[in-house]
Amino acid sequence: MLDSLKRIFGNEKSGKVAKKRLQMVLIQDRASVSPEVMAKLRDDIIQVISKYMVIDKTDMEISLESVDDSVALVANIPVQNMRHHK
Amino acid sequence: MSEVIVVTSGKGGVGKSTTTANLGVGLAMRGKKVVLIDTDTGLRNLDLLLGLENRIMYDLIDVVEGRVEIKKALVRHKKYENLQLLPTSQVKDKSAVNPADLMALCDELRKEYDFVIIDCPAGIEQGFQTAIAGADTAIVVTMPEVSAVRDADKIIGELGRSEKDNIKLIINRIRPAMVDSGEMMDMDDINDILAIKCIGQVPDDIKVVTSANRGEPVVGDNDSQAGKAYENIVGRLLGEDIPFMEFEKEGFFKKLMKAFKLSKD
Repeated sequence: MLDSLKRIFGNEKSGKVAKKRLQMVLIQDRASVSPEVMAKLRDDIIQVISKYMVIDKTDMEISLESVDDSVALVANIPVQNMRHHK
Repeated sequence: MSEVIVVTSGKGGVGKSTTTANLGVGLAMRGKKVVLIDTDTGLRNLDLLLGLENRIMYDLIDVVEGRVEIKKALVRHKKYENLQLLPTSQVKDKSAVNPADLMALCDELRKEYDFVIIDCPAGIEQGFQTAIAGADTAIVVTMPEVSAVRDADKIIGELGRSEKDNIKLIINRIRPAMVDSGEMMDMDDINDILAIKCIGQVPDDIKVVTSANRGEPVVGDNDSQAGKAYENIVGRLLGEDIPFMEFEKEGFFKKLMKAFKLSKD
């Protein structure tokens, strides 16, 4: 309550503001992955999932998306069939 | 056992060269054989901070290009005989040395010195890659300001990609009064953000400027808080367990209040 009041009146100390802003921006900085790394990640994901399912490699999509203060790895992988395990 | 340390930061102006000079002198004062290498080619300054600017005959580029032996290019410190500086060129650019050159040089110097400390240029381009190539340990210098901390994080990422995993942090130019009033991040805040082992926090101290004016690093000065902080860092580099110092930030009035137990802390 006190915190939100402080925020409304812009009274939050700048040291805390700095920390919060850095924590947010660094999540995004750290998540900016080079295309080569994304391609490797994609190959690895295909390998792991293919052990359990038959997937459509051409139609799959993998991306990093940042929402507010967090980053998510979003994958859309069409499954064609299940592999049967003994 | 010798150690090659690179002092780096990403952002310019946070105190890489000052840190390098102070750690060099501090380790030499403790009897260690130390060589400092300035790799900020084109913008050399370590010589000036050490008061050795008038003694330079040869530089890093002369050594790398084979014009002179390392021993001839090293400049001995006036006061501490076991401290040497390998200055860099003020006229060439950073591409004059490549990572393999520096790695070979470090391996050579390792045989004779306890510590090889490399002053890295700002930025994350080739000069940075060259400076870190031969290092066992990286010291990342940052300041409690948003841009310096962000750049430190970037540098930590780059070091990781180059498989330099032994990384230590120094937080420089802390203003205790601002930290006290909540207007500056403190060591804990920066530790939370960067998650790197901190080996020192150095307060902003006019003595750092006045000692640089004279070309005498502040580390030996016991009247200086920054001098004391650097001395502690030197001890920690030598494996000693030294608690972090409390900064003197109290004015006369607050001390008086405390004496009469009117102040809570």
